[in-house]
Amino acid sequence: MIRVVLPQHLRTLARVGSEVTIEVNGQATQRSVLDALENSYPMLRGTIRDHVTQERRAFLRFFVCQEDWSHEPPDAPLPEEVTSGKEPFLIIGAIAGG
Amino acid sequence: MSKVRVLVGTRKGAFILSSDGKREKWDVSGPHFAGWEIYHMKGSLADPNRLYASQTSSWFGQIIQRSDDGGKTWHQPGSATNEAPAPGAPPAGVSNMFVYDASEQTGKPLTTHQWYDGTQHPWEFKRVWHLEPSLTEADTVYAGIEDAALFRSTDGGKNWKELPGLRGSDTGPRWQPGAGGMCLHTILLDPKDPLRMFIAISAAGAFRTDDGGKSWKPINRGLKSQYIPDPNAEVGHCVHRIAQHRSRPNTLFMQKHWDVMRTDDAGDNWREISGDLPTDFGFVIDVHAHEPETVYVVPIKSDSEHFPMDGKLRVYRSRTGGDEWEALTKGLPQSDCYVNVLRDAMTVDSLDSCGVYFGTTGGQVYASADAGDNWAPIVRDLPAVLSVEVQTLP
Repeated sequence: MIRVVLPQHLRTLARVGSEVTIEVNGQATQRSVLDALENSYPMLRGTIRDHVTQERRAFLRFFVCQEDWSHEPPDAPLPEEVTSGKEPFLIIGAIAGG
Repeated sequence: MSKVRVLVGTRKGAFILSSDGKREKWDVSGPHFAGWEIYHMKGSLADPNRLYASQTSSWFGQIIQRSDDGGKTWHQPGSATNEAPAPGAPPAGVSNMFVYDASEQTGKPLTTHQWYDGTQHPWEFKRVWHLEPSLTEADTVYAGIEDAALFRSTDGGKNWKELPGLRGSDTGPRWQPGAGGMCLHTILLDPKDPLRMFIAISAAGAFRTDDGGKSWKPINRGLKSQYIPDPNAEVGHCVHRIAQHRSRPNTLFMQKHWDVMRTDDAGDNWREISGDLPTDFGFVIDVHAHEPETVYVVPIKSDSEHFPMDGKLRVYRSRTGGDEWEALTKGLPQSDCYVNVLRDAMTVDSLDSCGVYFGTTGGQVYASADAGDNWAPIVRDLPAVLSVEVQTLP
């Protein structure tokens, strides 16, 4: 079981709370976590990764165990803390203020 | 008694304003999709309870929302968890998927268009500016997008397919973005000829199809734009809005970057009708529901000063199809007003006494229940208004 924390607007779209749990078959990577997330919540397709290129949208970042994984290879294995459910996989929107 | 439902898209959500036919007391519903930009919402003539909305965000991209109950509830078409896709159908969650058709079988090569600096730039999807439901089929809806192209859904917004003949026409590499982006913002469906459509792009100009969207031709003869290298060019004009009266689909009225124009031959030839307007820059234009020669504009000072002249918010009305204009001011602020009225933010209802509505970047939505003679704000303090549409309901 993997915990995923979504930014507020995506929680509204998916009609979920701040955190969702998903099951990943096989190795847990950023790609497999996001695939599983989108399978469970199809309304999120295209909102985190581009529909066609599957690249992370520019104003979003991924954090794992307090480290920025946004630029890590999408198929790199996630740490045990995430795969065990101890730590969440964080999807964070860029801060915009003014 | 008849009712009206005004659909307002803003920078931070959607609002629905409802009233009876008197249009004096209003119920305000919203914000829907709070925090998102709602570029446009529009209801279907075939099924007035069917509404479509374009919800966008720089963070999360494009979302299409649909309501089947007049705006009480909304969903992303094809994405409900209890809405299993049919065998062989595309996966759920593609209602926000706008991919240019570059396929060999049906598409056009994804070439480039002109960038601000004159260099060529690849086509990139950014957002849906305008949704135009079919006049006869509730599940068919057109989308005008940035970078400019026309898409169509025939399944209620679940799946979108480009009509590539427009973007792929030989003038495509000469199109360029306006300050707001290279957007296809106007879609007019001919009520008398189902194969004919008109669209407009900033800054490419106006185009017409006579074969249901397979092929398109620029219809910009007569436009003069001093801000482009060839003021009489075939394409490159910054058309801000086109309006049409349903009884006379070959007559179109245009608010260009500068100049108010009209054509009486479906765009083959245009002539200027700015006449005695105080300035002919502006964004919106619309036509009275029952008087095809009565036209409305909101003059804006200039292309760098996007506010009314002299701080006075004035709608101008021509009852002669252009050239002669009168200022409509009763109920509108006549001092210290420096809002803008964006291109999709004016509309008319079809009640016997034609209602006219417009929204401002200051968050006001004004209504007139007597064709513009008197105005009153429905709401004063919304986020900046991007679009206003109205439905006239039985």
